Amino acid sequence: MPKQYETVIGLEVHVELASKTKIFCGCSTAFGSEPNSHTCPVCTGMPGALPVLNKRVVEYAIAAGLALNCEITKEFRFDRKNYFYPDNPQNYQISQLYLPICQNGKIEIETEEGGRKSIGIHEIHMEEDAGKLIHDEQTNCSVIDFNRSGVPLIEIVSDPDMRSAKEVISYLDKLRLVIQYLGISDCKLQEGSMRADVNLSIREKGAEKLGARTEMKNLNSFKAIGRAIEHETKRQIERLESVGNILQETRRWDDQKGVSYSMRSKEDARDYRYFPDPDLVPFSVSDEWIAEIKKRQPEFREEKMARYQKQFGLPLYDAKVLTETKELADLFEATEQICKKPKKASNWIMGETMRLLREKGMEAGEIQFSPKHLAVLIDLVDTGEINGSVAKEVFEILFEEDMDPKAYVEEKGLKTVSDRDALLAVIKEVIAENEKSAADYRNGKDKAIGFLVGQTMKAMKGKADPGAVKEMLREMLARTSGS
Amino acid sequence: MANIISDQLIAYTAVLAELELSEEEKKQAGRDMGQMLDYMDQLKELDTSAVEPMYHAFSMEGVFREDVVTNGDGRRDTLANAPFCSENGIIVPRTIGSEGAE
Repeated sequence: MPKQYETVIGLEVHVELASKTKIFCGCSTAFGSEPNSHTCPVCTGMPGALPVLNKRVVEYAIAAGLALNCEITKEFRFDRKNYFYPDNPQNYQISQLYLPICQNGKIEIETEEGGRKSIGIHEIHMEEDAGKLIHDEQTNCSVIDFNRSGVPLIEIVSDPDMRSAKEVISYLDKLRLVIQYLGISDCKLQEGSMRADVNLSIREKGAEKLGARTEMKNLNSFKAIGRAIEHETKRQIERLESVGNILQETRRWDDQKGVSYSMRSKEDARDYRYFPDPDLVPFSVSDEWIAEIKKRQPEFREEKMARYQKQFGLPLYDAKVLTETKELADLFEATEQICKKPKKASNWIMGETMRLLREKGMEAGEIQFSPKHLAVLIDLVDTGEINGSVAKEVFEILFEEDMDPKAYVEEKGLKTVSDRDALLAVIKEVIAENEKSAADYRNGKDKAIGFLVGQTMKAMKGKADPGAVKEMLREMLARTSGS
Repeated sequence: MANIISDQLIAYTAVLAELELSEEEKKQAGRDMGQMLDYMDQLKELDTSAVEPMYHAFSMEGVFREDVVTNGDGRRDTLANAPFCSENGIIVPRTIGSEGAE
C-alpha cells in the first residue's frame, strides 16, 4: 500500500495599509504618481536620515490584531533585517522580529465539510515595503522607482494549521474580509496590496514531526495559490520517495507554465542578521489607547449577518450575499435607511446589481450609483408608477449614470399607463389583429394569453402593468366570446 | 586570542556584506573579529542576572508622527544623489531575483 501523506501549510500574508503617508516619513502613499515623486531622504535610505513612526500605522496594526483575537504587545520594537537588493535602499528593511505588535491570535474558517476550524495567528508585525524595479530588456538595465519604498505593510503570519488548498483559500477570504471591513487596506491580490507566501511541507499521515518546508512566492490570485499548492505537494511527495529528502528553500511560482523554480542557491543563503534598529527607540501602547481602538472597531460580517436576519427579517441567504463585501453591505444599509424596504433593497442588490457587476467585470467597490437613487427606483415600482421590466431598463442606465430615476422616467415618458380606457382600446385592437390567438385561447389553449399580453405590452411600449393587462385581456376575451 | 575565526566564516561574512577581500584583508578581518569576541567574553564575565536587558542606549520612549503628508515632490533631489539615472528613475544593472519586501 502506498504511503499516505498529509500537507501542512502556513501562510505569510503581506497587507499594504491604506494610510495617507509612508510608515516612517511624510511622503504620500498615493498610487500612480510620477516615478520617484513621493521620495525623501528617509525612504531612499540617505545617510543621517531618521525614521519617525506613523501613528495611524500602529492603530491599523492593532485594529487588525484585535479583529484576529491577538494579544497586543505593550512594548514593541523595530529591528533591522539586513539584505542587499536594489529595491531596498537602506540595505536593510525596518521590520519587527523580537517584539512584534500583535501575537497569539486565531480566526475561524469554514472547512470543506462545512464545519469550522480555528487557524492560529502566530504574529502580526509592521514593516516597510520596498521600491519597484522596472526591467528594460533592451539596455539590460533596471530602473528603480522608490514611490513604494516605505509604504506601510503588516505581515500576518499564521501557524501551520492548514491542510489543503481549500482551507488556505477559506483563510485568505476570511482575512481579506476582516481587513476590508476594518477599512485598513483594499486587499487586492492582483494589484499587490495583499500578497501571500505559502509555506508548505508534507509528512506521513499521523506523524507528529513537521517535514522540511519550502516557501512559495509570486502567487497573484486565489487560483494561482490553489494550483501552486497542488503542484508543490506532488513535487515534494515525488522527491521524498525518489531522493529521500526535501530542501528547505524559497521557490517562485510560474502560473503560466504551472511550475515552480528554486530561487536561491546555497551560496546565496539568506542570513538576515537581525538586530534592534538603533534609530527607533522602544514604543509603548497604553491600555487606554487599545480601548479607544477597540471602541472604533466596525461591525464584522457575522454580527451583520445576524442583525440583517433579526432587524430586517432577511433570509440567511440574503444576509450572506449582502455581507460578502463591505461595499455591498454599506449600499444595502444606506438604501434601506431611505426606502425602508429591506427585502426589496436586498433583491435589487443581489439581483440586478450583482448581475451587472459580473457582466462588466467590476467589483463592488467600483459601484457608481447612489443608494438614494436606488431607493427612489424601488419606490417607483412599489407605487406602480413603473412596472418591473421598465425598472430593470432604468436601472441599467442608473448603474452607469447615477441619474435621478424619477426625473428620468418623467422625461422619457416611461410611466405605466393606468388609464383604463386607453388600455382597453389597445387591447381591443390587439385581439382584432390576432384573431387566431384569441380563438386558441377561447378553445381552451390558456397559453395563448401570454402571446396576447406580449403584443399588448409591445403596443404600449412596455408602459403598462403586465398583470393588469392579463386580467383585462381575460375579461375582454370572455365578454367577446364567439363574436 | 581565545576566539579563532575560521576562514570559512570570514568568507561567508564577506559574502553577506558583499565585500571582496584580499587574502591579507581576510587575515586582518579574522584577527579583528576574534578580538571583538574576546572583548565580549570579557564582558560576559560580569554577573548581569539582576539587570534588566537594555534595548536602547537612550532611556526614552518612541514618538509618533501624525498621518499627514508633509513632503512634496522629491524626485529631483532623490535623482541628484544617484550615480546613474534617467529622467524618472535610478538606473542599476538589470536584476533577476526576488523583489518586494521580504
